[in-house]
Amino acid sequence: MTNNTAIELRNLTKTFGKVVANKNISLSVNKGEILSVLGENGSGKTTLMNMIAGIYFPDEGQIFVDGKEVSITSPKHAYDLKIGMIHQHFKLVDIFNAVENIVLGIDEGSYNLKAATAKIKETCDKYGFEIDFSKKIYEMSVSEKQTVEIVKVLYRGADILILDEPTAVLTPQEIDKLFNVLRKMRDDGKAIIIITHKLYEVLEISDRIAVLRKGEYIGTVNTADANESMLTEMMVGEKISLNIQRSEPVNPTERLTVKNVNCYNRDGAKILDNISFSAYSGEILGIAGISGSGQRELLEAIAGLQKIHDGDIVYNNPKTGKSDNLRDKTPMQIRELGVRLSFVPEDRLGMGLVGNMDITDNMMLRSYRKGHSMFLKRKEPKDLAEKIIKDLQVVTPDTKTPVRRLSGGNVQKVLVGREIASSPTVLMAAYPVRGLDINSSYTIYNLLNGQKEKGVAVIFVGEDLDVLIELCDRILVISGGKVTGILDGRTAKKEEIGLLMTKKTNGDGGER
Amino acid sequence: MIASFIQRAVMQGIPLLFGSTGEIITEKSGNLNLGIPGVMYVGGISGVIGAFMYEQSFEDKADMNPFLAVLIPLLCCVFGSLVMGLIYSFLTTTLRANQNVTGLALTTFGTGFGNFFGGSLIKITNSDIPSITLSSTSAYFSKTLPFADNLGWVGQVFFSYSFLAYFAIILALFVSFVLKRTRVGLNLRAVGENPATADAAGIKVILNKYAATCIGSVIAGLGGLYYVMDYADGVWSNDGFGDRGWLAIALVIFALWKPKFSILGSILFGGLFIVHNYIPNIDVSTQEIFKMLPYAVTILVLVIVSARKKKEHQPPQSLGVTYFREER
Amino acid sequence: MASKIVKNHTPLFHIAKRDELPFYKSLLIRIGSIVAALIVCAIVIIAFTGENPLSIYATIVEGAVGTKRRTWGLFQNVAMLLCVSLAVTPAFKMKFWNIGAEGQVLMGGLATIYVMMFYGETLQPAVLYPVMVIASILAGAIWGLIPAVFKALWNTNETLFTLMMNYIAIQLISYYTYVNAVPKGSGQIGIINSDTKAGWFPSLGGYDYLLNIIIVAALTVFMFVYLKYSKHGYELSVVGESENTARYIGINVKKVIIRTMLLSGAMCGIAGLLLVAGTDHSITRETAGGRGFTAIMVSWLAKFNPIYMILTSLLLVFLEKGAIQISTKFQLNPSFSEILTGIIIFFIIGSEFFINYRIMFRHSAKKEVK
Repeated sequence: MTNNTAIELRNLTKTFGKVVANKNISLSVNKGEILSVLGENGSGKTTLMNMIAGIYFPDEGQIFVDGKEVSITSPKHAYDLKIGMIHQHFKLVDIFNAVENIVLGIDEGSYNLKAATAKIKETCDKYGFEIDFSKKIYEMSVSEKQTVEIVKVLYRGADILILDEPTAVLTPQEIDKLFNVLRKMRDDGKAIIIITHKLYEVLEISDRIAVLRKGEYIGTVNTADANESMLTEMMVGEKISLNIQRSEPVNPTERLTVKNVNCYNRDGAKILDNISFSAYSGEILGIAGISGSGQRELLEAIAGLQKIHDGDIVYNNPKTGKSDNLRDKTPMQIRELGVRLSFVPEDRLGMGLVGNMDITDNMMLRSYRKGHSMFLKRKEPKDLAEKIIKDLQVVTPDTKTPVRRLSGGNVQKVLVGREIASSPTVLMAAYPVRGLDINSSYTIYNLLNGQKEKGVAVIFVGEDLDVLIELCDRILVISGGKVTGILDGRTAKKEEIGLLMTKKTNGDGGER
Repeated sequence: MIASFIQRAVMQGIPLLFGSTGEIITEKSGNLNLGIPGVMYVGGISGVIGAFMYEQSFEDKADMNPFLAVLIPLLCCVFGSLVMGLIYSFLTTTLRANQNVTGLALTTFGTGFGNFFGGSLIKITNSDIPSITLSSTSAYFSKTLPFADNLGWVGQVFFSYSFLAYFAIILALFVSFVLKRTRVGLNLRAVGENPATADAAGIKVILNKYAATCIGSVIAGLGGLYYVMDYADGVWSNDGFGDRGWLAIALVIFALWKPKFSILGSILFGGLFIVHNYIPNIDVSTQEIFKMLPYAVTILVLVIVSARKKKEHQPPQSLGVTYFREER
Repeated sequence: MASKIVKNHTPLFHIAKRDELPFYKSLLIRIGSIVAALIVCAIVIIAFTGENPLSIYATIVEGAVGTKRRTWGLFQNVAMLLCVSLAVTPAFKMKFWNIGAEGQVLMGGLATIYVMMFYGETLQPAVLYPVMVIASILAGAIWGLIPAVFKALWNTNETLFTLMMNYIAIQLISYYTYVNAVPKGSGQIGIINSDTKAGWFPSLGGYDYLLNIIIVAALTVFMFVYLKYSKHGYELSVVGESENTARYIGINVKKVIIRTMLLSGAMCGIAGLLLVAGTDHSITRETAGGRGFTAIMVSWLAKFNPIYMILTSLLLVFLEKGAIQISTKFQLNPSFSEILTGIIIFFIIGSEFFINYRIMFRHSAKKEVK
């Protein structure tokens, strides 16, 4: 048994300031095995893996590789120990091509990119990867970038591979392909650790499953003996039902109509291609697509943040009964028209909120203009901050805490809370549960459902197809900036959405 | 006339070329060193101190060893600018201080250092000469190629410079080559683009930043030395070096972070610097207006570069950002 | 970071980010860094003068506040540095690196001297002073506006743009002083209107600089309120923190950049006015005296808080005056003060590290919770 153990962790602990990210964690991985590390967002999976990869250094505990105690001081050291990690946020240099990225940091005698390319091709053929060597990274799709990352790790001769949430941004079809490659590598004798919070994937790919909860190690089970409800209980610590209540839309009327919208990005590439759809009051319209297919630009175009080349965005005002064209309007002008449009953007701390400001000042973002005074009034936003903290159970010392210091779930509650507070008629939310733990996610789903029942037209951009199918009344699929289908949420199948997500893309879709 | 203009322009341009080559290396590692003007000052004055000490140790300047007369100021210059590079690196890379503020402080410190020693060297060493004039040392530094005089204007335009000038040009070409075609260059560019990626790939980010900044500082410092020893014929005057350091930083943008482009750029800027001397029939006050040219052209270049955005012509992505591996 | 010689494989120490330090602790660290800087400065001074350190500190104090005239000079200089620091702060808080304060001050001064020279005799004081104020504000504001417009339009690098504007301003001063030189051909303008005192700031209660100091005090309060309690101040902080957020909530980022730089330039213009009409009654290339650069450090060290800026500018000016006194006493070059300023700033910006991070040593790593 010991001979077969590739890596073993004993009692690892890591703290960040006052936050204990990992507490006394012990687990081991064998050669020729796929171990899933399962845990909610924020349960410390990534921190744990970063310690193996040499990014973080543990405060306490021991790591054994091949039976010998090691102290992994840097990523380079990790490579020397044949450990390679594929990070969730890819570690690639955008302006380099694949080969330059793969050979980066390796000292192998003379600097010869041609020889390296040949060697990389060998690796690719062995496991069935495809890489376009003429492309720079910034021209690649997410899945292509991931391939480069995996090849990079293999090229360095890694025998222990760590993949952090590798499926988060892939289509079902791409996930299948990835899993096949992983199985091939396992059969080749490599030890593979895959971090995820998606249960069905865990059951599909892994041999054993280690579960973390709130930074603590709960236990390891053989996949053969595991099932979804058991794993959920281990992950969350209590039995919860994972069902979203979906009510029937009541009296839906057309609230927002997008007609033939085209947009170009700075480099002149088309990012939105003739998009048309309608959003109705009292329903949740889901938007599915590979990340970077134009979702962000679409929402920003509606919010007045993205220049529209041609097309119209018509808002039917329920109060006045009038229709207004929002095209070429700034966010200010849209608000002045009496359009109550709320927007929870993807980038919470970089767009929706200001990380270094406290909760009160962040509440003020939406309301500070009120009145003719030159000066700010902090009373109302402070009351709102207190109300949101109370209603949504935001964990924070007080309203004076910079939002940057809050955990991901609490940041999102502050943001969504503020956007809902202005009683919108249209609510757009981009990836509102990304990085959130299960309880926070459900808080957000319930908030969205609550808005829907109030007659708000909700537009929800999501990446987890299971959630989209459970939550949304209709699902719009976009691919490469085009609408490839609008499905009924109650009957849509995941595979069907997956196919539409990749339909007719030619790679130059909407890469940022 | 034109030949002599070009010759003077090149000589004006060489300090800028040293400065911008040094700053390009530094910026490629993600460090925006606004301390370059200070570094160049220190490079110059350190060389002056070395040369001054060496010259003072001789009664008869003809006894000086030509080799040492060049080597001592050179080493002093390298040492002085290296220390400046280390201060900057320590503060920004190890202590993660703000790069702009550190750079400005370094410039304040460096120009103060230069002017202080420039103004006090004679007093400190209790020597009895009236001003710092290192003509003997300068004579060795400004030795040109022997056959230059026989070649007429060709000789004047191409062969009339000292070894440091040729070194500057060869160095710029060499740095261009290293950045583009070698592993060292690849690693360095990766550090400046995306340090987290470089770190995860096993590149020593801190070492690269230190090395690039210090080598960059040393190269920039040589520009200061060239200015005093060759261009100014060994005469140190306080504030004589002026704002060339800032122009060197501006040249980096002009050259689109490619040292080979800054060869032409620096000669062009050198020409703008002295053009007022070559325009006939203008009075002193109009000359002052012509002296605005290098700055006005720099502004023009900045505007043009910014107006047409190209992915390849952008600064290193994490320029000015401090890196901390355990950031979260 | 990690050392290789250590036997038990644990690195000697590693660095971790820390939570907010209590105020008194961060204050202690900052004071400690200043003390350390002063010690290093003392060593440097001793190396050059051979004097004992106590008498050197005595010389510094003497140079700064030794006589009534020096004390007034000190306050005047603090006021000037503070004025420029206040001016760069809003732009700085917006992450607009305006290192062109030097030029903006000079342009304000140039406008002032122009009005004083050519209208000093003809305009009534009741008209002359407002004209001087408006001219200096306009000149400074325009000098700040130009780079701001390009920044807003094309995101042109403002650091180098503002820097180059300094030199253009300096050359304009040169040109002006050559053209209007007194005596002709000297290339210099001496003290102007010295007999009529036209356009000179009046001395209040017999104190020449009191008016300058009062004006700057008022500006300090204004800037404090502007940054903290006004909608404009709020907008520029949002732009500085994240342009995306600003766009998202409908702030017109371009407008804010331009508006803030107009303010910044205008205040620099006022500084130019105070320097020319309130202090020098003349203008040279050196009138701004590097304050545009020092101001950035003053503002940064004070964390953009106008009240703290009083302290940081006092510290720097105090040392500068002291260092000049040392230079005079030992016949050294007055640039000595710049060396000392540099050293002190190195220490203070270096000390921020110990406020934001903690170093965990191998053995103490276990129980270093706070």
